[in-house]
Amino acid sequence: MAERRRPRLAVWKFASCDGCQLSLLDCEDELLAVADAVEIAYFPEASSVMAKGPYDLSLVEGSITTAHDAERVHKIRRQSKFLVTIGACATAGGIQALRNFADVNEFVAAVYASPQYIKTLATSTPISSHVKVDFELNGCPIDRSQLLEVISAFLAGRKPAIGNHTVCIECKLRGTVCVMVQGTPCLGPVTHAGCGAICPSFNRGCYGCFGPKERPNTASLAAEWLKLGATPRDLHRVFRTFNAAAEPFRQEADAHGD
Amino acid sequence: MAGGEPPIGTQAMLSLDGLRALIEALAERGYQVLGPTVRDGAIVYDEVAKLADLPSGWTDQQDAGRYRLERRTDNALFGYAVGPQSWRRFLHPPIERMWRAHRTEDGFAIDATAVEAEPSKFAFLGVRACEIHAIAIQDKVLVEGPYVDTGYQRRRRDNFLVAVNCGQAGGTCFCASMNTGPKVDAGFDLALTELLDESDHRFLIEVGSVAGAEVLSALRHHAASPEDIAAADAVVARTAGSMGRVLDTKGLKELLQSNPTHPRWDDVAARCLSCANCTMVCPTCFCTTVEDHSDLTGQTAERVRRWDSCFTADFSWIHGGSVRPETKSRYRQWITHKLASWIDQFGTSGCVGCGRCVTWCPVGIDITVEAAAIRATPATSTETDHGRT
Repeated sequence: MAERRRPRLAVWKFASCDGCQLSLLDCEDELLAVADAVEIAYFPEASSVMAKGPYDLSLVEGSITTAHDAERVHKIRRQSKFLVTIGACATAGGIQALRNFADVNEFVAAVYASPQYIKTLATSTPISSHVKVDFELNGCPIDRSQLLEVISAFLAGRKPAIGNHTVCIECKLRGTVCVMVQGTPCLGPVTHAGCGAICPSFNRGCYGCFGPKERPNTASLAAEWLKLGATPRDLHRVFRTFNAAAEPFRQEADAHGD
Repeated sequence: MAGGEPPIGTQAMLSLDGLRALIEALAERGYQVLGPTVRDGAIVYDEVAKLADLPSGWTDQQDAGRYRLERRTDNALFGYAVGPQSWRRFLHPPIERMWRAHRTEDGFAIDATAVEAEPSKFAFLGVRACEIHAIAIQDKVLVEGPYVDTGYQRRRRDNFLVAVNCGQAGGTCFCASMNTGPKVDAGFDLALTELLDESDHRFLIEVGSVAGAEVLSALRHHAASPEDIAAADAVVARTAGSMGRVLDTKGLKELLQSNPTHPRWDDVAARCLSCANCTMVCPTCFCTTVEDHSDLTGQTAERVRRWDSCFTADFSWIHGGSVRPETKSRYRQWITHKLASWIDQFGTSGCVGCGRCVTWCPVGIDITVEAAAIRATPATSTETDHGRT
């Protein structure tokens, strides 16, 4: 077979903890296959070689929290054939979107000794609020086998086999007994699948790390949480985590005060 | 013990030790024995190697959206209703690879060695009447129609069923309404009725097949007396009289099919999470999706089948979008298929009254309550055109 030009991969970082792009380096057994299948053209976390665009596939981690980043993401979009966002920061604004519900200047004053050097936006927003995104991979952090599935799919020109259904389906596929029906409040019924339903398999309720499922009924789930003994404050807090700015979670948190 | 194998229909008595011998006899015959056992705070169906694996002295308290284990006052082994997930998990597994292929010089080839060898044949211990009816329904759908699921067919062909007549009804049970229990009437190899009092713990065992007769002939047993048979009948009669739920099936098919615009669909949609738990625990649901995967190098690809649900948006996704974007239309589709159009399609209701969809709904939506609500205020004939929403 004739040698085909290897697709060029770029990995970009915005406001984030690096955990999602590290899951690519964490692929271990598959990492060499990735490096074989694509030309890793730009991935500062992994390599000091930073080749210029254009890129066939850009993986974008992190949220937009500065005016500089809001411009930079447009440049990346222009250089990328496909742009895939990875992780809750990039898809929903991340934990740092808690600033959206408060005064960011108060945070800055509380954290930094010399706040006058900090230039930041009042909000943390997902990449899709700024540029067109071809696919969003949810999770805090993302699941590495899902990441491999997305990369493989884009290389093959097919749709990633990643559903937008609930964590409940993952529990049932693996045979985990429902923790909520046994009395433990769980976000699984409103949360996007992808993690493989880890927490319920350890007899814990889901924390919603993968953000809202398609068409979540958070109000009905919240009503059941109250019946199980949760307080409105519990509900407010549980919807205000890594995906706090995802609209269905934002609304449900708001519905329960603070 | 008399020579030869006992004829089908034979009723005999088996001791606790005899039950232990039954588990061993099945294992000796090459079966993977699966039965009830306590795990994760529930009585689930899993591997059973010895008597002590069974849920001795445990029962389940079930209600809409609620399940908890409780201690019984006796040491009954089958003193619970039904497990969180049905036997479907073994016969129609949640994830199954259909095939794998690799790239060749001029195309691709199916990788024959990747078709997994069938690991074992299953003996199910403790199958309830509703569950036997559910298996019969899946047989009809997956084997007896024009398109045969060969994996399911193979697993069923090698399947040994030890049924148990229910000693008590669960809080969400309504098999009596669906004419599917609590007494097993057919479709089993052996059927047990647990008889337990202060002095004795034993089982009435009934032969349901030639294979069952062969297994029973290898076990120490003795003839059942008329008193034993009467005691077993009393167990089932008591259970039939204590159903946790009732579903009025009279005219139910026509009722649901003529009420597509009933206001109750909005009401239930306000509660429904569209989480799919009801369909995942249902013993008759059979819907799957197929996922195609290719590897990073483009050298191998595989097709995987996994359980799907009419409650997901992807399930009804056709070019351009989902046919059922709203939860309302998904719930209506599910209950109307299960209780009504299933009859048009397969000649039987899709519901066996096991109550799992009621118990395992995180917000406790109850199929019997929803059907009754439609019945309470059915649409007038002018409101029944199907196109209106």
